[in-house]
Amino acid sequence: MEILIQASFSYLATVAFAIIINVPRRNLNLAGWAGLIGWMTYWGLMVTVHPGRMLANLLGALAIGLAAMWFARWQKTPVILFTIPGLVPLVPGATAYQAVRALVLGERADAGMYFVRVVLVAGAIAVGFMLAQLVAELMYRTVWRAR
Amino acid sequence: MAESELLTTCLLAGRIMIESGAEMYRVDDTMTRIAHNGGEAAAVVFTTPTGLFIGSEHSPLVKLGTIRKRTIDMEKVMRVNALSRRFAAGECSLHELHEALIGIDANTPTFPLWLQVVAAAVCSALLMVLFAQQNDWRDLPLAAVAGGAGFYAFAWLDRVTRVQFISSVAGAFVVAALAWLGVRIGIGRSLDNIIIGAVMPLVPGVAITNSIRDMLAGHLVSGMVRGMEAILSAAAIGVGVAVIFRFF
Repeated sequence: MEILIQASFSYLATVAFAIIINVPRRNLNLAGWAGLIGWMTYWGLMVTVHPGRMLANLLGALAIGLAAMWFARWQKTPVILFTIPGLVPLVPGATAYQAVRALVLGERADAGMYFVRVVLVAGAIAVGFMLAQLVAELMYRTVWRAR
Repeated sequence: MAESELLTTCLLAGRIMIESGAEMYRVDDTMTRIAHNGGEAAAVVFTTPTGLFIGSEHSPLVKLGTIRKRTIDMEKVMRVNALSRRFAAGECSLHELHEALIGIDANTPTFPLWLQVVAAAVCSALLMVLFAQQNDWRDLPLAAVAGGAGFYAFAWLDRVTRVQFISSVAGAFVVAALAWLGVRIGIGRSLDNIIIGAVMPLVPGVAITNSIRDMLAGHLVSGMVRGMEAILSAAAIGVGVAVIFRFF
């Protein structure tokens, strides 16, 4: 039940965000799947093996990156049509907001903690994407070219 | 003359892509490709999020363009990409490409505003449930209303003022005011959860991540500019919300 809620909510939230940033109509569905794959990777890891926030974000971004590259190749569209909306559940937007709010309210210690978390999580996601690119490149060189 | 039109076309393609939030390496790549396919093998491209240059190694001709607004519009990125592929395949001439790019710049359809507002409401409510990690059903309607209204205020002001800082402050203020009011009259419970959900359509999470990706890819200038923009917009949202927390 919980899995169904998490999956359907991440899918729908991603599609909704994709509408805001004007993703073309026929790519909305796949963008939603990218968001679902990323969030389920993150959430699944967080509730089962507790790998820590950074590693879970990194693996979530890796999953989004690989899925998005596959979608992009299949649909012949730029890969960011899927990565940007797909990232929305993972991205540290809420944490950035909490950091600034703590700062404005004078809670400096909390603000510092949140700022560090924003940078670490954003860095983890960026590294996850780089790994996805690396994996795709290696697959392209070995598997696809060998055919 | 032909060379001048080629460089102008490259520049226009690059400008549309940067304005629509494409990754910098892709912008460079597309511009170089168009130049190459148009017969200019030695094009030199320099792009930043606030302006871009293109020139040729073999001639003194250099064109530059400025970029004043930076939004996210995936449809434009996709259309420019599709056009550049068609040009590469020889399916359209340089002149047709130029005309088509002007068309993309001027009138690419977006989803109607009401649908965007509904989408912002849905996005706010659902992400609130995901982030709260407890099934907070009672706060769902209030988060949706606050998120939708906040996004509408942001979108409306953005069209009027063209200063993103002000529209972000106003959007966040509307979110926080509605959330506070709703909790006060008893239709919401957790003010924190509601606000975190409802600011999600406004927060620059994607911009922060993209700026770090740009920097890791070696585009230091774009990374800094986009990061700074993200920090400013996060600060604006924090200010908008803090006004409510401070006085009530």
